[in-house]
Amino acid sequence: MAILTVQILNSLLYASVLFLIAAGLSLIFGVMRIVNLAHGSFYGVGAYVAAWLVGTGIAVGVPLGWLFLALPCGAVAVALLGIVIEPLLLRPFYSRAEEYQLLVTFGLLQIIEDLVRLIWGGNPLSADTLMDALPIIHIGGLFYPAYNLVVIAVGVAAAVVLWAAIYHTRFGVMLRATSQDRRMASALGLNVGLIYVVAFGIGCFLAGLGGAIVVPTQAAVLGMGVDALVIAFVVVVIGGLGSLKGALVGALVVSFVRTAGIQFFPELELAVLYLIAAGVLLVRPTGLFGTA
Amino acid sequence: MAVQIETLRGRSGLAAAAGAALILLILVPGYFETYQVQLLTFGLIAALAALGFNLLLGYTGLLSFGHSAYFGVGAYALAFVVQYLGPHSMEFYLLFGIPVVAITSALFGYICVRHTRIFFGILTLAISQVIYSLALKLYWVTGGSDGLRVPRPALLFGALSFSGPSGFQQFITSYYYYVLAIFVVCVLLMWVIVHSPFGKALQGIRDNEVRARFLGMRIRRFRWIAFLVSGTFTGVAGILWVPLEGLATPDVLYWTFSGEIVFTALLGGFRNFTGPIVGGIVFTYLKSYAVATTVYWQLLLGIVLVTLVLVLPTGIVGAISLAGRRLRQRRASP
Amino acid sequence: MILLKTVDLCKKFGETRACDGLNFVVHKGEFLSLVGSNGAGKTTLVNLISAHLQPDSGQIIFADRDITFATVTERIKAGIARSFQIVSLFDALSVFDNVALSVFSREGKAVRMASLADRDADVRRESLEVLGQFGLASKEAVMAGDLAQGERKLLDVAVAYALRPRLLFLDEPTSGVSTHEKAQIMDTVSSVVRGGQVTAVVIEHDMDVVFRYSDRIVMMHEGGFLADGTPDEIRANPDVASILLGAPLSA
Repeated sequence: MAILTVQILNSLLYASVLFLIAAGLSLIFGVMRIVNLAHGSFYGVGAYVAAWLVGTGIAVGVPLGWLFLALPCGAVAVALLGIVIEPLLLRPFYSRAEEYQLLVTFGLLQIIEDLVRLIWGGNPLSADTLMDALPIIHIGGLFYPAYNLVVIAVGVAAAVVLWAAIYHTRFGVMLRATSQDRRMASALGLNVGLIYVVAFGIGCFLAGLGGAIVVPTQAAVLGMGVDALVIAFVVVVIGGLGSLKGALVGALVVSFVRTAGIQFFPELELAVLYLIAAGVLLVRPTGLFGTA
Repeated sequence: MAVQIETLRGRSGLAAAAGAALILLILVPGYFETYQVQLLTFGLIAALAALGFNLLLGYTGLLSFGHSAYFGVGAYALAFVVQYLGPHSMEFYLLFGIPVVAITSALFGYICVRHTRIFFGILTLAISQVIYSLALKLYWVTGGSDGLRVPRPALLFGALSFSGPSGFQQFITSYYYYVLAIFVVCVLLMWVIVHSPFGKALQGIRDNEVRARFLGMRIRRFRWIAFLVSGTFTGVAGILWVPLEGLATPDVLYWTFSGEIVFTALLGGFRNFTGPIVGGIVFTYLKSYAVATTVYWQLLLGIVLVTLVLVLPTGIVGAISLAGRRLRQRRASP
Repeated sequence: MILLKTVDLCKKFGETRACDGLNFVVHKGEFLSLVGSNGAGKTTLVNLISAHLQPDSGQIIFADRDITFATVTERIKAGIARSFQIVSLFDALSVFDNVALSVFSREGKAVRMASLADRDADVRRESLEVLGQFGLASKEAVMAGDLAQGERKLLDVAVAYALRPRLLFLDEPTSGVSTHEKAQIMDTVSSVVRGGQVTAVVIEHDMDVVFRYSDRIVMMHEGGFLADGTPDEIRANPDVASILLGAPLSA
């Protein structure tokens, strides 16, 4: 029973992180109709920045409580990166064929991956101080880090905040209007350029947040973003590109399948995930809740 | 009448240029050292992979981000033969490998062409990742991340084999001509395909799917056949690649390798027939130069890619042909 | 002889009845104009017959065959073709290739990949013939995207005509061109179509064109047929005048 609870909690943790990445990807696609292949790399940057801040903070003697701020800082750093990149590298391509967007973001991925290596080197960067700072709780006869529950909580909070922002604020209305009909929104006086930058910034913030909150549980390593992107794709394929609900459902599905997979057939775990994605695409081409 | 003459001049001009290029390629081993010959062989293989890929992108309008699957399946097909049936001649590998990649392309293509645009791309990526994860995880079959070793094959049904002190150099030289021959045959085949009624139909579907349907063409079927041919050509490149590399690893199945294939087509120009060929060869040199120059070669290539897409979207060949057209226009008007 | 017949054909878009129980008849060999104000249902009717849309209810009978649920490919094989109001061509292919593709598709040769398209003498001859009929032979090597608008409209019709259909739908073949060009286009289209003994249904707004070229005029209004007859009969029809001019002719 305890083992089951732990498994479920682990799945929810993984789902939380996946949700953040996928929600960012979906938001960007939903509003701007672009697929950012470097989105996973943003997740990686979030992890690295957060871990680096933690490490630097410890070295400088920052008290433990304040170190937790490293996490949102990591997310904000990625958001700033996104806000700079969008007008420079992505805007020239909105009127061009989709292929070019994929190519430019693929090039961006390569640049970011190597920049991460340049700045932080090839060794994993950890932030487990944060995880150790929180108590261990008992579940049945097993020990479980309380930090993991924080990750789950952040995921849930993010889902609620996003949902509220998109469906119950004026900005959310503007986002939805622009996503449905960009030209019309512009004709109605909405500053589409600004909305795009902000949407992209929020999407990147989410990816960075995912990386930041996961890094205390597992060190930041090179290539983590590239691996994450493919899984994120599986999530949005299953849940539907452009849908918040889809990102949530997709993240849960992928996460639980993965946990079950690791438990029962570890060699095929990844293959099963991709097959499910392919299967969903065949049956419901736009995913379970997709808007594309 | 005048129009026909121009086309004729264009065709024979093209043939002359191709002939000259071929002569130059044939002369290479005589004037360059072994390492350069080997590098050029890799270049021809990359060109072949891109040529196959571009049938889908340039001519059918479908961007596949999973072509590494066919390259990798070709590579592993050869490696499996070596591993489980023992070493054989290159011809045996090809005879076995080509149907394997064809069937794989047919199967995956059938699944993927039910969609277009972004979802097609994502689906091709996801499917290629299935193969990657199987190759990585089923290590007792595939050697896992270590891969499978492949010895130098005998060429021409065993007539030519390479051992002893100068074996490597002889192999490289002979294998270069072997690959060149197959490359020429494939280029000719692809040229015919692209200029055939089928090729025109693909371009029509690419340009205007609705109208093509209202001409009575079954769009999905055409796309599927294009996918099959495309994957097979790229798969042949994979088969040719393994003996040169000596090793089949999952890296060549990972989705970023698919990205490289796309990069090469773009580099050369995906709206021209010769674009992918030029792109494949240039990219091989570019990458080897980058890898030799800096540890951060991925960064360098990434910058090149972004710059390319921003500044030279029609690729090298596209830019040259545009410049040529402008020059001709200027000459025509006094 | 009746070539095409629809039986109680219905199509709704939300609450709007685009086609309301239509019984449309086309006789073999006639040059029929389908007129009516915007939103009357003309394009919807054509879309239903050419398989661009599925009907809500009703039947479509072509040459005594029920084609209500036939696919586009099947209908084209049966002999129905259409051109498009907003010119729909293969812009990156040459004028010649546009028509040749039609011929290849019709002959079932479009799948052939082992032979060069240019080497097929039969297709080449026929394509040039069609281009000649439409006055486009001199432009055969030009990219379709580079043609002038009037030529593009002609090419659009030529591509559909090259399918050698028995029934050809032309969706506003003269829209978007100057008055002078309109006459040229309709002269060409009309003579080629009649010469090839192809039955034609033309959606048209320009009543001058309609009266000059049609054997029969069918007027649609709000999803139904308002009038149906020869040009003279239509001219004499008071309902037609009131719809066209907004008020009955006599005070």
